[in-house]
Amino acid sequence: MSRRSRALWARDMRPLFTVYLPVLPYVLFALFPLYFMVVTSLKSNAELYDVNAVPFWISRGITSDHYALLSTDTPFWSWFGNSLIVSVASTVISVVLSVLAAYPLARLRFAGSASFGIAIFITYLVPPSLLFLPLTTVVNWLGLSDTLWSLIVIYPTFLVPFCTWLLMGYFRTVPKEIEECAMLDGCSRLQSMLFILLPAAVPGVICAALFAFTLSWNEFLYSLVFVSPAELKTMTVGVFSELIRGDIYYWGALMAGATIGSLPIVVAYVFFLDYYVSGLTSGAIK
Amino acid sequence: MVTYLDVDRPVAGASRVARRRLGFLARDRHVAYAFIAPAFFLLAVLVAYPFVLSVWFSLSDARVGSAGRYIGLGNFSHLLTSSIFLQTLQNSIVFTTAAIVAKTVLGIGLALLLFRVVYFKRLIRGAVLLPFIVPTALSALVWWWMFEPLYSVVNWTLKSLHIINHDIPWLPDPYLAMFTVILVNVWRGLPFFAITLLAGLMAIPRELYEAAESDGAGPVARFWHITLPLLTPVLAVVILFSTIFTLSDFNIVYVLTRGGPMNMTHLFATYSFALGLQGGQIGQGAAVSLFLFPILLAVVFVQLRLVRKAALYE
Repeated sequence: MSRRSRALWARDMRPLFTVYLPVLPYVLFALFPLYFMVVTSLKSNAELYDVNAVPFWISRGITSDHYALLSTDTPFWSWFGNSLIVSVASTVISVVLSVLAAYPLARLRFAGSASFGIAIFITYLVPPSLLFLPLTTVVNWLGLSDTLWSLIVIYPTFLVPFCTWLLMGYFRTVPKEIEECAMLDGCSRLQSMLFILLPAAVPGVICAALFAFTLSWNEFLYSLVFVSPAELKTMTVGVFSELIRGDIYYWGALMAGATIGSLPIVVAYVFFLDYYVSGLTSGAIK
Repeated sequence: MVTYLDVDRPVAGASRVARRRLGFLARDRHVAYAFIAPAFFLLAVLVAYPFVLSVWFSLSDARVGSAGRYIGLGNFSHLLTSSIFLQTLQNSIVFTTAAIVAKTVLGIGLALLLFRVVYFKRLIRGAVLLPFIVPTALSALVWWWMFEPLYSVVNWTLKSLHIINHDIPWLPDPYLAMFTVILVNVWRGLPFFAITLLAGLMAIPRELYEAAESDGAGPVARFWHITLPLLTPVLAVVILFSTIFTLSDFNIVYVLTRGGPMNMTHLFATYSFALGLQGGQIGQGAAVSLFLFPILLAVVFVQLRLVRKAALYE
């Protein structure tokens, strides 16, 4: 090899050692637990509970027993359906309320706009663990305990602040002038918002809806506290509390439940990665 | 007649314009309040009111099934002499500090690496972000399985590599249990740090680095004198956000240890849950969770100041 080509080779290979090799442990750290979740869910009990077997892969055949156990012995698909109903309903409610609230905050000047903006920001930061005790009382008063309605009503309390904050940022990026033109032509505020602003802010609305759906699908504490009948539980709580009976753990079935429970979010994530990234950073950057 | 018209005309026109403008603004105000009303009522009834209720609970001896009566600061003074609560306080400080430090250091490292990744950019970013998206209650289950006493994959690996010769009791041991919950919190929270800091890195003007390089500054000097100072505002925001969400963490601890062994991993959220819901002492449970509030306020205060400062610079 000539000196010149060796120098070129060294320049080309440098990123491999300074970027790609160092990033590898991070990728493994992030992915291994999820890989292990799937591997465990497909492994037979005989291999799973053999202390001498190599735990990293499946050497004695793939089995769907754990998935079958979920379907026959537990109300697993009810949990899945419950999570879907609650997530879709609270996402729709939250996105509608947030679009309505974000529009005046981003566009109009009115008394109290600054303080309402700050109030939204504070509620955005209030963690569920601060409010679950009094909310239990409120849910009881409303007569909603042990119903999916309790979750559909309560989830928007943390979704609306987040979505409003996110949408305010998006709405501000749409030029005011196109709306002013529409209003000179006789559009009302509502029409101008629906037909002029929203089509221009579609990415923001998709982003808000994705996050609202993800946050409600992943929610655990409120669902654990407000809903106790086994067949009304959501995915996260059902897998955790119904598959652990006393000291007997069905690890294969637990991991199968965790895999299917994560799947809708992962699929959405694969298709809308860029929206997730922009939503994640906008909360902190904007 | 002509002069009359000349005088009158502009005045009438101006007042008509003014009236229309006023009507326009007034209508806008009504529109604003009408649009905000639904969100406002939702947050008033289901956030503000419960918060007031929580303060009332904390000042009362409310239990499950009884409304309770006012007992002043009794719950707080009782908590401050309770050894479990003091342990919870200590756990919370250890958990939050360790997790935030680890996430900050590892997060800056990962962001710097991701910034220089060219090939498989989307794939690598997507992979490291995944732990943040997957339901925590479910991913915590796999961590539990990975640290299970008999079949732990971690112990299996360490034994195969002859680093240890007997099983390490990860979750039954108080200190190792704390280490484990911190590890899981770092696993879940690291993507948020990395991706947000990456966005911060991308906002730093390239010219600064070129200028520094032509002045002979090495990579370390460039990091200390350009990257870190310009990243500080984003870093501050990320750390503040994460402080709230780490301190108020419930899912990871509840799934992995339920606060045990011997209350050594209880945080405010899990202890408040154990006292208020499982123990039925709503008053004391509410008092525990209210310890989160001063920290929340401090974060909001600092954050709003940072936002103002950023607005000034714009």
